[in-house]
Amino acid sequence: MEKENKAKEGIKGWINPTKYGKFGIERFAWILMRITGLGLLAYFIGHIYETSHILDGKAVWNASLELTQTTEGHIFLALVIGMCVFHTGNGIRLMLGQMGYGLGKPGRPDYPYKPQSLNMKGKACIYATIGLAALAMWYGMAVMFG
Amino acid sequence: MSNISQEISQEKSETVLSPSKSIKLRISRSNPEAGTEEKFDEFVIPVEKYTTVLDAILNVKSHLDHSVAVRYSCRQASCGSCGMKINGKPKLACFTKVSELDTDTITVEPMDNFPIVRDLAVNFTRMFNNHKKVMPYVVRDDSEITPGTGVKEILQTPEDVDKYIQFSSCIKCGLCNSACPTMAMDTSFVGPQALAQAYRYIADTRDKGKNNRLKIIDESHGIWRCHFAGSCSQVCPKGVDPAMGIQLLRSYLLGLRD
Ligand code: HEM
Ligand code: SF4
Ligand code: FES
Repeated sequence: MEKENKAKEGIKGWINPTKYGKFGIERFAWILMRITGLGLLAYFIGHIYETSHILDGKAVWNASLELTQTTEGHIFLALVIGMCVFHTGNGIRLMLGQMGYGLGKPGRPDYPYKPQSLNMKGKACIYATIGLAALAMWYGMAVMFG
Repeated sequence: MSNISQEISQEKSETVLSPSKSIKLRISRSNPEAGTEEKFDEFVIPVEKYTTVLDAILNVKSHLDHSVAVRYSCRQASCGSCGMKINGKPKLACFTKVSELDTDTITVEPMDNFPIVRDLAVNFTRMFNNHKKVMPYVVRDDSEITPGTGVKEILQTPEDVDKYIQFSSCIKCGLCNSACPTMAMDTSFVGPQALAQAYRYIADTRDKGKNNRLKIIDESHGIWRCHFAGSCSQVCPKGVDPAMGIQLLRSYLLGLRD
């Protein structure tokens, strides 16, 4: 019984793609926040490792800089740009929401009960942030490949 | 009298309101205690315009397989018993019409993040314990039932009531907890149902239990595990909007309001 009482959906509840159609754009923003947060963390660690090559002399430093001067390297950096922009923009939306701003006011909702905390302002923010991230990636690509 | 009520009053009992059609109902069957794995049984049943998913399941129970386990009581979205996954989304079976699903195959499964008792019936013990933990009642020493305090009635303005009434609509169906991605990984998480109720009582001007309640939810498996994915509010059938309550609770803890 004890084990049973621990029932949970597990990682399926996160990665099952059908969830994202059913639970709205906010749920999609949530998984994207998580993925970009972890992606940025991985990049951050890699970045410290890469820049630490400065201690190993000029040749090693230059060689490590060359790593991202390839087509794959450019695409990778464009992804980092996109992750940065989405994570920051969405992070600001979340912080405001989690501080209680922009959620609407409690009241007497009527059927069909549109939840006020998932309002158009928040949804527009998410779409705008995704759009901004795409724009930044496109600009980054234009500079790197240009 | 409006047109609609006139039409209804003119209907004779033999009038066919909606010609019935057939759908396929797939019911998840399992019995963890007996160690049986989940399998799906399929039934073809007639439905009409206003047949609910619960009606459809009860039709199976009456005519095709009486061993299907399902919990229900009020059949009118009031008791909170019949929560289940309907075509993958947590919903009340009694509050979901077959016609609104717009498909000929309906799959019903037990809610996620709850232990299965059998088939569609799940165990609510954990959710009810979390609910009790947040002290879901007005806390104060003086009241009309405490002798000697002289209190007769504690008045509230309609505006006072507006602050919490939406959260008091909760029927403890557990749909929010089953939709929550944090609940999916953290079995100790207090959950959107209980957090929304913590807010309901804290926002009540008659209540004096705010500090105690905030202490209870301000712990490692408490309110900070919420990431505002909003799925609880997305599925709540009563307009409670737990996600709003949770973020408003946070603003107390962050000192942004008192
Ligand atoms: C100005 C920039 C940033 C802002 C505004 C920001 C904001 C946030 C916020 C609000 C969250 C919590 C999200 C939630 O409640 O689910 C978060 C999560 C996270 N952030 Fe950031 N962040 C920023 C930069 C970064 C950077 C540079 C990294 C990596 C080094 C990073 C890594 C993470 C990780 C790993 C998480 C956890 C993800 C999760 O639990 O879903 N963030 N960030
Ligand atoms: S908050 Fe809504 S979804 Fe959650 S238990 Fe209450 S009524 Fe059900
Ligand atoms: S049977 Fe009571 S809520 Fe569905």
